[in-house]
Amino acid sequence: MTELRYLAPGTLDEAVGAFAKAGSAARILAGGTDLLVQMRSGALKPGVIVDIKKIPELTAIEQTADGGFRIGAAVSGMALAEHETFGKVWPGVLEAVNLIGSKQVQGRASAGGNLCNGSPAGDSVPAMVAAGAVVTVQGPDGRREMKVEDVPAGPGRTNLKPGEILVSFTLPPRPPGSSDAYLRMIPRTEMDIAVVGCGVSLTMKDGTVTSARVGLGAVAPTVLLVEDAAKALIGSKLDDAALARAAAACSAACRPIDDKRGTIAYRIKVAGVLLKRTAAIAAQRAQGK
Amino acid sequence: MAKVHVTTSINGEPMEFLCEPSDTMLDALRGPLALTGSKEGCASGDCGACSITLDDRLVCSCLMLAVESEGHEIRTIEGLAQGERLHPLQQKFLEMAALQCGICTSGMLVASDALLKKNPDPSEEEVRFWLAGNLCRCTGYDKIVRAVMETAAEMRAH
Repeated sequence: MTELRYLAPGTLDEAVGAFAKAGSAARILAGGTDLLVQMRSGALKPGVIVDIKKIPELTAIEQTADGGFRIGAAVSGMALAEHETFGKVWPGVLEAVNLIGSKQVQGRASAGGNLCNGSPAGDSVPAMVAAGAVVTVQGPDGRREMKVEDVPAGPGRTNLKPGEILVSFTLPPRPPGSSDAYLRMIPRTEMDIAVVGCGVSLTMKDGTVTSARVGLGAVAPTVLLVEDAAKALIGSKLDDAALARAAAACSAACRPIDDKRGTIAYRIKVAGVLLKRTAAIAAQRAQGK
Repeated sequence: MAKVHVTTSINGEPMEFLCEPSDTMLDALRGPLALTGSKEGCASGDCGACSITLDDRLVCSCLMLAVESEGHEIRTIEGLAQGERLHPLQQKFLEMAALQCGICTSGMLVASDALLKKNPDPSEEEVRFWLAGNLCRCTGYDKIVRAVMETAAEMRAH
């Protein structure tokens, strides 16, 4: 016997109204790959589920007029992979989204859910942070924008206000010579969560880095934007000294936990190693190699 | 609590059923729809035994609500054979002993079929990565991977 109510509104206004009205008993259903597991384990007993997949804006992938991308919060990893141009412009974001779970999970799981689930180890989040993505959220008080790095508040928590729904990610247009990459360290191939995840996005001109952003996952209570690592890369030709400074900045930013996947010392060391490898891949892509 | 009425398509046939809002698609398949080919292993999306396709995308039926199938196309292991004629993957799994206890088999077949539709010429690595979400405690995976590779080669030859 259940008291659960399922709603699948066709407009965002209806969804926001229903979600806010149901209060703390309500949960948003996008891909459901986290929500259904939490319900099954008894960790969550929602009274109302608001399925947002019937709202066109939440499942659309659009190129914006300035050449950026807007991705609906409920777009699945598989749908993003099937898009004609997205993976060419943002290969690092795509590879991060397509490291979430198995193919079965990628058929449903969304970057919006990955972010709102609040896991420090969510794979898409460091890549979105590196990309400089901004999210649009809508709630009872209207619409606003937030930087992706400002959304997580701690394990399982976000800075969304009560009643707010994540609508979409907006990725900025890219100047020529730009690319990105994402790497994670996991104890066994596929089907595990990150011990460390690293996203790097950069723009290069004549072999020199002109702008860069670095996101780190699974090394702190929230995914981190590591500005000192980006500073070490900018202006360099990614020589050993610059990479060593950026790696040291990544290691210095870590405040990890010890768990069965990795010790504190191991995660701190791997964060630096991954920065070097991820930056090298992003640079190769940026230079069309 | 009132049950929800769902209209969907399963293996190409229009279908209606009643379910609780909290029922998973797997609950509906194995319950009111009496399609018991999809197996429940972990019920948390880790084992792949309940794999189906939703609008041609591979998903775990334990990770979706039955009500979410409203207006969509579901395909299950029951739709793989053509009447009495086994799908080439099913035939090859039999010939090459790519199963033992059989719990994972329907999920393996649905997942492998989804792969070959998308990529008729996968490398062994691509097969192994694609099937990483399907667990098998009997075969050690080698026989399954070889059966998928051989089926792909035969299907390309025809």
